[in-house]
Amino acid sequence: MTDTVAPASHLDPASLEPEQLLGWQRRMLEIRLFEEKVQELFQEGLVEGTTHLCQGQEAVSVGAVNALRPDDFLTITYRGHGHALARGMPMESAFAELMGRSGGCCGGVGGSMHLTDFSRGLIGSFAIIGAGLSVAVGASLSARLRGTTQAAISFFGDGATNIGTFHEALNMAAVWRTPTVFVIENNLYGEYTPLKETTAVEDLARRADAHGIPGTIVDGQDILAVHAAVSVALERARSGDGPTLIEMKTYRFRGHSRTDPAKYRPAGELDTWLERDPIVLFGRQLEAAGHASAQELADLRAQAQTDVDAAAERAAESPFPTLEEIVDYVYAA
Amino acid sequence: MSTQLETSTVTPEPAAAELSYREAICAALSDEMAADATVLLMGEDVAEAGGVFKTSEGLVDRFGRERVRNTPICENGFVGVALGLAVTGFRPVVEIMFSDFLPTAGDAIVNELPKFRFMSGGQCSVPITVRSIGGSSGRFGTQHSATGESWYMALPGLKVVTAGTPDSAYSLLRAAIREDDPVLFFEHRGLYGRKALVDRSDANVAGVGKAHVARAGTDVTIVATLMMLDRALQAAALLQEEGVSAEVVDLRWLRPFDEETVQQSLARTGRLVIVEEQLHDAGWGASLISRLARSGSYPAASTRVLSLPEHLLVPYTPRLEDELVPSAARIADAAREVVGAGAAS
Repeated sequence: MTDTVAPASHLDPASLEPEQLLGWQRRMLEIRLFEEKVQELFQEGLVEGTTHLCQGQEAVSVGAVNALRPDDFLTITYRGHGHALARGMPMESAFAELMGRSGGCCGGVGGSMHLTDFSRGLIGSFAIIGAGLSVAVGASLSARLRGTTQAAISFFGDGATNIGTFHEALNMAAVWRTPTVFVIENNLYGEYTPLKETTAVEDLARRADAHGIPGTIVDGQDILAVHAAVSVALERARSGDGPTLIEMKTYRFRGHSRTDPAKYRPAGELDTWLERDPIVLFGRQLEAAGHASAQELADLRAQAQTDVDAAAERAAESPFPTLEEIVDYVYAA
Repeated sequence: MSTQLETSTVTPEPAAAELSYREAICAALSDEMAADATVLLMGEDVAEAGGVFKTSEGLVDRFGRERVRNTPICENGFVGVALGLAVTGFRPVVEIMFSDFLPTAGDAIVNELPKFRFMSGGQCSVPITVRSIGGSSGRFGTQHSATGESWYMALPGLKVVTAGTPDSAYSLLRAAIREDDPVLFFEHRGLYGRKALVDRSDANVAGVGKAHVARAGTDVTIVATLMMLDRALQAAALLQEEGVSAEVVDLRWLRPFDEETVQQSLARTGRLVIVEEQLHDAGWGASLISRLARSGSYPAASTRVLSLPEHLLVPYTPRLEDELVPSAARIADAAREVVGAGAAS
């Protein structure tokens, strides 16, 4: 049942508008530079605690999220900057959240690990492994009960496929045929430990077979492949055929979290993956297709940098929340 | 593929009726589902089987399988599904078959439901009722006999309530379902057969966070929940024959916690008996004493605590199961003792 490659022919890149594709590249650049900026903000003392960067995995966020409709639901994780920005969360709102400011998407209460934006269907960002999957099943069940064709997508890491809730959620989604798309971002490490040390199967998409649903393996560095695979899964979901498990083969260029220098990686591994930097790969495709020149791509990066810097500056002007503000967040009534 | 929810048209129920505690639970579910199409019930065996304790009998026939949903045996997973439903327009009621199974949904109950609204900066509300059925007296053994009532009472964001009589089961469950916050609702299996008059009128929705004086008295205040409330009321009837007037306070909510009603009762009686079907440590009884002590209203010399023994677990063996749990006779003894002590001072 597991496909070894994504159905790449589903969406012909040539059929996509150049502006749209350049928009994707711009968004990947913003995510990359946003996270670079986060590192600086740590040094300046404007961001505290920890962050989990997704550098290297931007094609998964941008490719998958751009396959969604505006009314679809998403659950993401503590490594969620990419998905939130891909979904259109203003960078200023995200920066302010990381700075613990009132103007953040969650009023400064959530921080880096809980970027949430109900106005964009981003209904939860989970710092407990596996917790978001069943919530996505619930949101997609809700869509069906309300008679809509909305779907829900849940992003999580390779490590989540070993926790019980992963299997509980896949089973419920399969048995109730909910319109859910499960996206594993297999970056080869669960925290500091290589996947092969904790997991007997190499291709995590095979776990779909255990629940009788399709499993797809996708090159997560190829934004077009990501977009195509998620589009197919969403189409299937909306037509009532149930959930799909998609494994994105990807890599995080940084350690697990801010304090992790990732010294456990074998020599040369990072360099190999840097050659498959999704932004570089897509830039080449855009050039080859005649959508952008090298100069235009460089300009795109420069514009993104300007926007990132401006957003961070504005975010830092937002005040810190008061106790009175955050008390109201505990209970609705 | 899309399934629209059916709205139900039924003849109104009579305003007051003799119902068992079990029937009162079912009536509350049924009435709230009829009143609000976003109310759903899900859990193990809740549909055609009507729940293993028959608290949802007939509901699937009335409301259909989309609104009365059998789940796989995966508590953490299906409470998570309920969360996804709750933040996208529904009011799910989830049944946890035995309170001993609550910890398998530990992440959902500790980390997700109470924290979800807070972490989002108040972007959503989480209107979920988690019904949990527990307690001793069924000879169900060590892994099926906990009340669990105090396990999750220290979680801001969550509300916790216990039902001790048929009428409170009805009015409190309706209140829980209508809450925009997650409520952990405890039922006691030993009470399902108890019958009493239940006011089934629209207005019978209990106040949130309010204790209830279940029986008025002047000599001693007995505070209890769940089956211990039932036994406290029996004890009060025994004491009445001896001329001792016991006030019985049904604490009901463990979060928010209503010590005021207890304080007002103590102002009348000056004597306190706490009856718990759980260990005293880290439970609502200990919290009550702590709160009373902090407000200077704890009658230390005139207090007795009845609870489960500190170094034991609930066994299967029937005679000992009964012995471990405070009985009406033991509650009456404690009240006599404290009344005697109070009279002597």
